[in-house]
Amino acid sequence: MQKLVLLGDEAIAQGAIDAGLSGIYAYPGTPSTEITEYVQRSKKANELGIHSQWSANEKTAMEAAIGMSYAGKRAMVCMKHVGLNVAADPFINSAITGANGGLIIVSADDPSMHSSQNEQDSRFLGKFAMLPILEPSNQQEAYDMVHYGFDLSEKLKVPVLMRITTRMAHSRSVIERNTEVRQQNKINIPEDSHQFILLPAIARKRYKKLLQDQVIFEKESADSGFNKYFDGKDKSIGIITSGIAYNYVMENYPERIIPYPLLKITQYPLPERMILKMYEECSELIVIEEGYPLIEENLKGFLELGIKIKGRLDGTLPRDGELNPNIVGIALGFKDQKGPEIPEIVAQRPPALCNGCPHIDSFEALNEAMSKYSAGRVFSDIGCYTLSALPPLKAIYSCVDMGASITMAKGASDAGLIPSVGVIGDSTFTHSGITGLLDCVNEKTPVTIIILDNSTTGMTGGQPSAATGKIENICKGLGVEEEHIRIIKPLKNKTEENIRIINEELEYNGVSVIIPTRECVQTLNKRMREKLKK
Amino acid sequence: MKKDIILAGVGGQGILSIAAIIGYAALDSGLFVKQAEVHGMSQRGGDVQSHLRISDKEIASDLIPSGKADLIISIEPMESLRYLPMLSDEGWVISNTTPFKNIPDYPDINEIYNIIKSLKRSVLIDADNIAKELQSPKSANMVILGASIPYIGILFEKFEKGINSLFGKKGEELVKLNILALKAGLDAVKN
Ligand SMILES: Cc1ncc(C[n+]2csc(CCOP(=O)(O)OP(=O)(O)O)c2C)c(N)n1
Ligand code: SF4
Repeated sequence: MQKLVLLGDEAIAQGAIDAGLSGIYAYPGTPSTEITEYVQRSKKANELGIHSQWSANEKTAMEAAIGMSYAGKRAMVCMKHVGLNVAADPFINSAITGANGGLIIVSADDPSMHSSQNEQDSRFLGKFAMLPILEPSNQQEAYDMVHYGFDLSEKLKVPVLMRITTRMAHSRSVIERNTEVRQQNKINIPEDSHQFILLPAIARKRYKKLLQDQVIFEKESADSGFNKYFDGKDKSIGIITSGIAYNYVMENYPERIIPYPLLKITQYPLPERMILKMYEECSELIVIEEGYPLIEENLKGFLELGIKIKGRLDGTLPRDGELNPNIVGIALGFKDQKGPEIPEIVAQRPPALCNGCPHIDSFEALNEAMSKYSAGRVFSDIGCYTLSALPPLKAIYSCVDMGASITMAKGASDAGLIPSVGVIGDSTFTHSGITGLLDCVNEKTPVTIIILDNSTTGMTGGQPSAATGKIENICKGLGVEEEHIRIIKPLKNKTEENIRIINEELEYNGVSVIIPTRECVQTLNKRMREKLKK
Repeated sequence: MKKDIILAGVGGQGILSIAAIIGYAALDSGLFVKQAEVHGMSQRGGDVQSHLRISDKEIASDLIPSGKADLIISIEPMESLRYLPMLSDEGWVISNTTPFKNIPDYPDINEIYNIIKSLKRSVLIDADNIAKELQSPKSANMVILGASIPYIGILFEKFEKGINSLFGKKGEELVKLNILALKAGLDAVKN
């Protein structure tokens, strides 16, 4: 046994290394990024030859992990919740193919959208795929459940989804680590050579098996010991809670003695017998879960028959946003507490682009060039540069999902809004901008695409970008005309020249790509510091 | 023993180092620790906070309930006020005086001082100046931490050990400077 102070993310990574992981696949995304970074930094993982390099996007990561599982080894895929949308095709289909080597998908949800476009709940996609789901409530459980998750995946022969939320991912606590590192699996391809061929005739059979196996998954949930039923004397209400929300319930009882029966859900499918027991012995139920009301909807059903069920759907808890001990306390009938109000003079301090950031110079030139045209023509994407939506730049009009800048500019151009501009980051471009640019080239759509090449994935903390050194050639390869691929230096003293170049390309009736190229000042500083050390 | 601490500041001011050292000191004193950090977007010059909980009993929630924080430790004066709803009736605010002005509408600093001084229990400390006098301007966060030690209730030596463990790899000189800053902060509130 060894004691370590770890973030939830790090506990998952350490758990995976210790449980005989052979490869982790991921694309960065808050709050999941630190899982992969931990494996990348781990000496042990390097010694063991565990794969940990970033993938181009979540879909390629998911598919590579399925491939590793096919080969018989244990693989983990990590992403933020919206990444699971990108990976949804292979993810849902992996439930039908099943797994060979243990396969865990970690999806990190971000309720209250601390740094995301939405607060979707990954459990719904897990349920949609009909896969077992694990939802740890603390760092120790996260560590332990990775080992269990690999075993479960290998026993049931299906991938397993682990759902965490921001507070689980980014909260630090002590864990006890099992220092015996389990051996990796040997290469061992599936016995059934058809298992991974989803031709209709095979897929139909495998889908039936998945349906039949639901009973086994449910039995695992009831028997694994991770779902816990605590008795309570007062049966006027029963509490069903899951994941991190369990901690907020406990926080409201300082002696940790709860008068009501409590069911803690850590594993899905929902354990029916345990829920039935609570249903039968309590006069009412309250469901306290982080994210969307998945458990609550399941219990309540459309017709709302039977005993009263309180939770997010009837307003006992807010329908959206992150829970906290106070919100949960109020729902449990406790009086709320608050310190003094925030004094009125306290000003907002929104995040901003760093001083000297190359994006600032790119947008200043773009704003100047666009000033000739009516507003609302610049479609953008997700990354540091999304902050250009705020004052003082106020340069962009959209940010929907990774890659959507290029394709939305195309759609708007198709509609007749010419010129239309798409502004996308380098990492976002290789994540999911390339195919959209190909669409533009194939139709010779009049669009001006600006690919901000800062040699990094800035937003998520400066991971290497798969695009570095390749963007120009990718564009050429896609068929963008060479004379309309313009590389510029986003610097104050080049602004005039840059405005002129942007203007020229805005006027071109076809696909133009402008690539402002200058390194992110954060990664530049980091490199310089490391160089000085040596 | 239970101390619920809100650490406040602006992205890049070093609240995570403070958190790491308090966390180390608490664990070394045999206490339970939980610490919720903010990563991601808010690091770009936005406001940042961390919830640090230490206790002799097992801790349930990663977040401190509002109205229950024993301490708000802030590296920036306006930021110390942003978390007042978290503060308990008996709670202390310990704040640096140096404003971090990266927004156009930063309020009148004297008004901020007045509000902090009007709180039931507060300490204002010119950590940046103290750190500069020690020829270690980057250690302002350690001065603030030093000033907070009497209110945290863990021995000074434990924090020294924490600094050693956090900065040890970066060289003895840095460790020494940070410990000096820590001590200077403590002395400033003792006098
Ligand atoms: C599907 C999906 N995956 C991951 C993220 C998290 N994320 C947001 S922006 C970004 C990368 C931005 O990098 P880049 O495009 O190079 O722009 P920069 O931040 O460097 O300016 C990532 C990984 C996301 N929002 N959506
Ligand atoms: S991290 Fe880099 S890309 Fe992001 S705002 Fe700062 S300088 Fe710009």
